[in-house]
Amino acid sequence: MIRIENVSKSFALHNQGGAVIEVMTGATLAVAPGECVALTGNSGAGKSTLMRMIYGNYLTASGSIRIGDIDVASAAPREILELRRTTLGYVSQFLRVVPRVATLEVVAEPLLAVGTDREAALARARDLLTRLNIPETLWGLSPTTFSGGEQQRVNIARGFAHTYPAMLLDEPTASLDATNRDTVLTLIEEAKGRCAAIIGIFHDAPARDRVADREVDVSAYTPARAA
Amino acid sequence: MTETMHSEVAHRADERAPAPLLSVRDIRKTYGSYVGCTDVSFDLYPGEVMGIVGESGSGKSTLLNCLAGHLAPDRGEVLFDTRAEGPRDTVTMSEPERRMLSRTDWAFVHQNPRDGLRMGVSAGGNVGERLMAVGARNYGAIRESATDWLGRVEIADTRIDDRPSAFSGGMQQRLQIARNLVTGPRLVFMDEPTGGLDVSVQARLLDLMRGLVREMGLSAIIVTHDLAVVRLLAHRLMVMKSGHVVEAGLTDQVLDDPQHAYTQLLVSSVLQV
Repeated sequence: MIRIENVSKSFALHNQGGAVIEVMTGATLAVAPGECVALTGNSGAGKSTLMRMIYGNYLTASGSIRIGDIDVASAAPREILELRRTTLGYVSQFLRVVPRVATLEVVAEPLLAVGTDREAALARARDLLTRLNIPETLWGLSPTTFSGGEQQRVNIARGFAHTYPAMLLDEPTASLDATNRDTVLTLIEEAKGRCAAIIGIFHDAPARDRVADREVDVSAYTPARAA
Repeated sequence: MTETMHSEVAHRADERAPAPLLSVRDIRKTYGSYVGCTDVSFDLYPGEVMGIVGESGSGKSTLLNCLAGHLAPDRGEVLFDTRAEGPRDTVTMSEPERRMLSRTDWAFVHQNPRDGLRMGVSAGGNVGERLMAVGARNYGAIRESATDWLGRVEIADTRIDDRPSAFSGGMQQRLQIARNLVTGPRLVFMDEPTGGLDVSVQARLLDLMRGLVREMGLSAIIVTHDLAVVRLLAHRLMVMKSGHVVEAGLTDQVLDDPQHAYTQLLVSSVLQV
């Protein structure tokens, strides 16, 4: 489902003396439907960078990133938007929403965007918010005023609302209490059960052991830095 | 020439991808020896919102006015996929045709609501007037439609007979949007639509516009210098400097992984809150 071949990335900082930083070279990995691959490596090894490249958030310098039959590395913006809407989900560590929109709407939005019936979308949103222990009294409020942990759970609910065939999870269990952490891991297992291909970053080793089928050490693709 | 363009677009439509709503080809506008904007080409598809950012004087408003038919470009084509006849070059079409488009399928939201509203006419009249311009004649239906739209932009129906001069800046801007959208346009041009509004009103307007884009399947081109606004509203982003497009792409990609020196400067200059 996800096939990454020989991918490289560098950042050119034009306003800082034109410094060019090579951050990745030769990254290659594939994820089958129903499989969860954990990216590992020290902080700064490029786990999040690779994930952002897969989502089309960072440009890819060379190589290919195929999700289904779309190559994100060379696709037009319109194709990537369509891919994100229907096929590729991304749960980042931060919630970014229009202020003033109710939590229930925020969670239902990805479903409405793929044309799900409004009532069904809201029902799914209610179900996810309940499972993630967001009190019903908060559903009508904007999540921008919530605590960090609540925002993260809203973000997860939103990320899992639509059943994407491919998902990227950036630290989905970070800073969650035991109950919510268990719920999130169950959501990941359910996604695998319906044959989603998943790439995740988990600093929490027991969580990683529970859901990941394999680990890929990204530092293997980090170019040696001239010290 | 229109013939060949027509068949080319029709051909592309066959390959499952929808035809672009707007195809801009090689637009250039100069003021004497000064270049307003040049070498601008892009396609906008139905349901897409494109942001244009850049500092003042970068040519973004000149470009918007060329696209919306307010300024005649020196060169280039602006092909709009009309309902009746398919893609037509709006630069070369007759003035009455262009005026008809701007009353029906197009809308233009000005930065200053006073430029887009009739200040001496009631709020309901402002909305109804645009309906009458496309042939609506039944008073009851016009008033009903006006009330509906004032509700959608969150203006209480008790204010329908008040003039916009009695409204706050944020309300005027929402009224301008209602006036523009009542005829169900397919393409909306917006020039700094949230400029000059305080942040809470801005958030409300953003939420409103996002809902309208999703529900009505609108396409929009938004000129702004506010990167937070484009991040929340625009799917795609074009960055302009000195009349040239220096970078274009997915909004989050351009903002998070800017390639051009100017875009990097622009993104790193934003104050964090």
